[in-house]
Amino acid sequence: MRKVFSKPKSLKSVVFSYCPGCGHGIVHRLVAECIDELKLRESTIAVAPVGCAVFTSDYFNFDITEAPHGRAPAVATGIKRTNYDKFVFTYQGDGDIAAIGIAEIIHAANRSENITVIFVNNANYGMTGGQMAPTTLIGQVTKTTPFGRDPKKEGYPIKLCEILAILEGTTYLERVSIHNPLNIVKAKQAIKKAFQCQINKMGFSMVEILSSCPTDWSMTPIEAIKWIDEKFIKCFPLGMIKNKL
Amino acid sequence: MFIVIINSKKCKGCGLCIQACPKQCISYSKQFNKIGYHWAVMIKKDACTGCSFCYMVCPDICIKIYEKAN
Repeated sequence: MRKVFSKPKSLKSVVFSYCPGCGHGIVHRLVAECIDELKLRESTIAVAPVGCAVFTSDYFNFDITEAPHGRAPAVATGIKRTNYDKFVFTYQGDGDIAAIGIAEIIHAANRSENITVIFVNNANYGMTGGQMAPTTLIGQVTKTTPFGRDPKKEGYPIKLCEILAILEGTTYLERVSIHNPLNIVKAKQAIKKAFQCQINKMGFSMVEILSSCPTDWSMTPIEAIKWIDEKFIKCFPLGMIKNKL
Repeated sequence: MFIVIINSKKCKGCGLCIQACPKQCISYSKQFNKIGYHWAVMIKKDACTGCSFCYMVCPDICIKIYEKAN
């Protein structure tokens, strides 16, 4: 029997702590497959965020360090500048990168640090129980916006890719989604291009991945991927935001 | 012919593979597994075309696909 598809070598065979239907597992697999295909497993140092993905060091089979909340791009800068032959990427959620860590990401991008950022956007603070995040959609009900997000009180969703696109230091920015197999394939291609950008020393690259959070959205996993298709993508349009490759 | 093996110990019964399968080959088990979920099982083994949609959407990476020569 020939093996056609199975778990990539960069992932350990453990049960993830994520809820059923969570998008993090799919993003983990895509990142691990890209690392395997580019043969980077021995030279990778990843930086884990604070959030649901805080235990990524238990799941990935390469070196990972933990950063204070939101400071992963700053930690990655230090690692990359001292170990310039290593492959360095950060894995961050939307509460980490777009709220507390927005200063670090903007300055790391502006300095054109040769790192890659994997930004998983699920429109709320997942680990703490589903409070409003900067990326929460207008009208979306969360634990801290029980009547829906009102732009007069809570402002508008932050589109981080578009903010970073006006900076001269950024090289590759793309927004993808993982709500169906076609978009999962596109997401993998985007992650691979972003990794290639760092290997070729072209500068800062980031991939924003729209992911599902069924538990905190109070939906079934299937309703959650339908919600991404119907509402999430309307607010955060998919596609290439910037490509200087 | 393709053989899909689903790890019953890791599956959390989210149902994404059941919804993604174009031939409706996958369904829920009747029993619970150790972590307390109805896991996914293959019910129509002959209908599988090896498209790998179930593998792609599985968030817990508990699906393996093998090809067996006829």
